Amino acid sequence: MTATKAPIETPSKQPPVRRPGDRIFAGTAKGSGIFILLVLAGVAAFLIGEAIPALTAPSADIPGGEGLAGYVGPLILGTLLGAVLALLVATPLAVGIALYVTYYAPRRIAAVLGYVIDLLAAIPSVVYGFWGLAVLAPALVPFHVWTAEHLGWIPFFAGPASTSGRTMLTVGLVLAVMILPIISAIAREVFSQAPALHREAALALGATRWEMIKLAVLPYGKSGVIAGAMLGLGRALGETMAVAIILSGGAGATVNLISNSNPSTIASNIALRFPEATGLGVNTLIASGLVLFLITLAVNMLARWVVNRRADFSGAN
Amino acid sequence: MAKRIEVSDLSIYYNNFLAVEGVNISIEPRSITAIIGPSGCGKSTFLRTLNRMHEVIPGGRVEGKVVMDGQDLYGEDVDPVDVRRQIGMVFQRPNPFPTMSIYGNVAAGIRLNNTKMKKSDLDDLVERSLKGANLWNEVKDRLDRPGAGLSGGQQQRLCIARAIAIEPDVLLMDEPASALDPISTLAIEDLMHELKERFTIVIVTHNMQQAARVSESTGFFNLNGIGQPGRLIEFNSTEKIFGNPDVKATEDYISGRFG
Repeated sequence: MTATKAPIETPSKQPPVRRPGDRIFAGTAKGSGIFILLVLAGVAAFLIGEAIPALTAPSADIPGGEGLAGYVGPLILGTLLGAVLALLVATPLAVGIALYVTYYAPRRIAAVLGYVIDLLAAIPSVVYGFWGLAVLAPALVPFHVWTAEHLGWIPFFAGPASTSGRTMLTVGLVLAVMILPIISAIAREVFSQAPALHREAALALGATRWEMIKLAVLPYGKSGVIAGAMLGLGRALGETMAVAIILSGGAGATVNLISNSNPSTIASNIALRFPEATGLGVNTLIASGLVLFLITLAVNMLARWVVNRRADFSGAN
Repeated sequence: MAKRIEVSDLSIYYNNFLAVEGVNISIEPRSITAIIGPSGCGKSTFLRTLNRMHEVIPGGRVEGKVVMDGQDLYGEDVDPVDVRRQIGMVFQRPNPFPTMSIYGNVAAGIRLNNTKMKKSDLDDLVERSLKGANLWNEVKDRLDRPGAGLSGGQQQRLCIARAIAIEPDVLLMDEPASALDPISTLAIEDLMHELKERFTIVIVTHNMQQAARVSESTGFFNLNGIGQPGRLIEFNSTEKIFGNPDVKATEDYISGRFG
């Protein structure tokens, strides 16, 4: 626009100024976005391609002889049982921990506790598996017996109680400990970001600390907690080592959490059977992996939907 | 309803830092008391001690007395939660709860106070409070929409409605119009004139014209320098403060010859 410039034509014809830095950054960002899509597409294509022989094979040829649904069905059930149990145990606990660390604990204790919980996430899952097998399973045997006696009328606790403790219940609890740091770390983060403006608004209305949390912190952090829980659920669904070590799966579909016969989970079943699998067996295992992939996808989409459902009220505006 | 507050020898600390020193003030019921002064002089800090919101900040504490109609607000057996239920507050930035509807925002205080209330009574109260805040006509058709969707001025009046819904004795306002445009500011000031019939109002403001327009009494806070505690320099009728103040520093500040 300076006087030395030639007369400007219609401004709309002038291309906007593009600086090299901008272009490089935009290109890298776009490339990263495309890359992740390619990876996802590649994995999906591999899973579908390798699963097709199992999907089309006559049911007698599938290991177990009851068709693909008969083979994968119990595994799906086992996967969901363990993961949902873990989620049910871990989420309230994680929210409690996060609230304690952010709003109740003295600052020094809060910092230490935060580190300790983060440390839980650093333990390899093999270690969790051995711990579950060697410590938690025997320790839980009396609890198994108790639930079989007193809660036996609930199908989940129908018994007979396992004497080794190597049950779906133990697996669920180990998984709960494993996903606890994920959920609580995210919950802690969102709770600590609840705006002071709204917390003070609640307090000025005469809210007690708990009421302040109910009014200004939990609604604000809800979507974050859901996101954290879904991340945790994703980890629990896909967890392999810990489950493979603790559970001697292979039994049919049962929701009984405390007996010796348990369905295995998809991930641990693949890990255990893959080395010896041949031919159609491999395709069957990959088909079960495809199912796990779809379950995880569905869980994530469900979480998105829950988070977006009341976007107007999310506090983001 | 509308109580008198007597403040004597009040000093306000953040941990060991003395923020405001030796305030003596008497706040009259059914009137508007304005607090003016330069930034950092402790006006807002002082206001927040009146409903014990100061303690919310870690290390915040006070020495001295704040007595409301004979009740020592800092007495040993006084719960700050009860104090805040009697002394409402409106903040500088409008802060309706974003996860709640307009209706939910106004009803929030009542629901907190655990008073069981019939739906129809609650509806009446919400309507009364919104009318009291001159907001009813603008929002009556969308009570179930989020409060955060309103304009800034409407949000601030929603916050006032929320504060008066629990029928406090005193209403504290911390620069309630400083984030608003002149029209919305005027709406808030008109509203304050109506509200002082029922409540004791204390307003902190940066805007001296606003203090002169709305208040009966004015307190001028100042500090001698950075790191020095803020003090109440002069407390007088608004007419006197803006016409013929007793203290030279007040006159300098009012007339813009400050510092």
